[in-house]
Amino acid sequence: MKRSPIVTVVAIGIGAALFFVLGRFVSIPSPVPNTNIALQYGLLAFMAALFGPVAGLLIGLIGHALIDFSYGWGVWWSWVIASGVFGCLVGLVSSKLKLADGEFEKKDILRFNLFQICGHIIAWGLIAPVLDIVMYAEPANKVFLQGLVGGVSNIVTTAIVGTLLCIAYAASRPRSGSLKEEK
Amino acid sequence: MTNIFNYIDRPSPIHRLTGATKLICLLLWSFAAMSTYDTRLLVLLVVLSLLLFRISKIRIADVRFMLGFTAVFMLLNNLLVFLFSPQHGVELYGTRHVLFSLGGNYVITKEQLFYHLNLFLKYLASIPVVLLFVCTTNPSEFAASLNRIGVKYSIAYSVALALRYIPDIQREYHEISQAQQARGIEMSKKESLFRRLKSASAILIPLILSSMDRIEVISNAMELRCFGKNKKRSWYMARPFTKWDWLAMSGSLLLLIAAFALNILNGSRFWSPFL
Repeated sequence: MKRSPIVTVVAIGIGAALFFVLGRFVSIPSPVPNTNIALQYGLLAFMAALFGPVAGLLIGLIGHALIDFSYGWGVWWSWVIASGVFGCLVGLVSSKLKLADGEFEKKDILRFNLFQICGHIIAWGLIAPVLDIVMYAEPANKVFLQGLVGGVSNIVTTAIVGTLLCIAYAASRPRSGSLKEEK
Repeated sequence: MTNIFNYIDRPSPIHRLTGATKLICLLLWSFAAMSTYDTRLLVLLVVLSLLLFRISKIRIADVRFMLGFTAVFMLLNNLLVFLFSPQHGVELYGTRHVLFSLGGNYVITKEQLFYHLNLFLKYLASIPVVLLFVCTTNPSEFAASLNRIGVKYSIAYSVALALRYIPDIQREYHEISQAQQARGIEMSKKESLFRRLKSASAILIPLILSSMDRIEVISNAMELRCFGKNKKRSWYMARPFTKWDWLAMSGSLLLLIAAFALNILNGSRFWSPFL
């Protein structure tokens, strides 16, 4: 299905707003004290799988930068970029899925999760720590551990929340070819 | 709730600068503060940023809430750096002046303390500028400024849309969350992690589905008004540059050049008083 570029522009805007609201105001306590579960990555993976890599990249970048701006602690560019990269990588799966046509089978679930796990590993295990070292000259073992903790918790969140969102959205769409001619 | 970005409308020379100028200055400034570890330049940046804060007529009381967050974040980060790498300063500066030992690898060196001082200065040099930008730039002008500095207008428009719909989505989230809680979903620590995530999805699903409808309605409305037909567009909030804008931008550019020049002169990003 071909989508008008305007839909992508709007999806980026609304997606970034959703990312912001989930990341800034919604806190679900996690087992580790004083850390919250980052629901926004489940949402980001879903939006990217639906609207493609460009939308994923920009939702991650804009949403994360707005969160940082609203806290006022300065924009932590390395992590903002990592969010964008994650969105972009998950977006690559969009051409293989037909979410908008209501299709999300078992193999699609596997495919979606494969992409999100790879995306998280690259974003938090590689991009964020390396940028932290290059930009802020922080010690390597600290940033890699931070990336590891963030990455693993994000993978779990995305696997549950992202997959459930995809299933629910696909179920709400009329399947293509679901109508039959009556004879 | 509507003023999440803490924009404070108060006449001051900083408020009169256009949004685009402030955005460019912010980028140049944070890049300068990020690239250098030269203590002399960092001190200059801190002094200048505090001076700008005075000029902007933003009071500490206005930003106390945000400063609290930042202080916690800053302390935590410094603590983590020390815990993970107590000899990081020694590695960076290549010299070792031991002050006293805490046992094991945790030896306090002058280099490490100096590195932490620089980290603190880096925060102090960049945070007031970000706060200034957030407090003195009207969010509506922000999108226009992005377009002005060369970001494609469709992307700038996405940012404008995000800013416009954040309060709406926030309200909607709140309503759905209360309705679902009335029906008995639980998200606090009493539930297991998996159930917590599942109940979060019970709130997210209605929110996402209604947002999908929203996307359709807005994009139809934009399509009917021929959005994206022309290569350029005008912005209601855009203002022309004045001489103060040029002055502010060239000032920030000079700081960035100074940062680069010092990096070259010092031979690296680090300036060491120990040699």
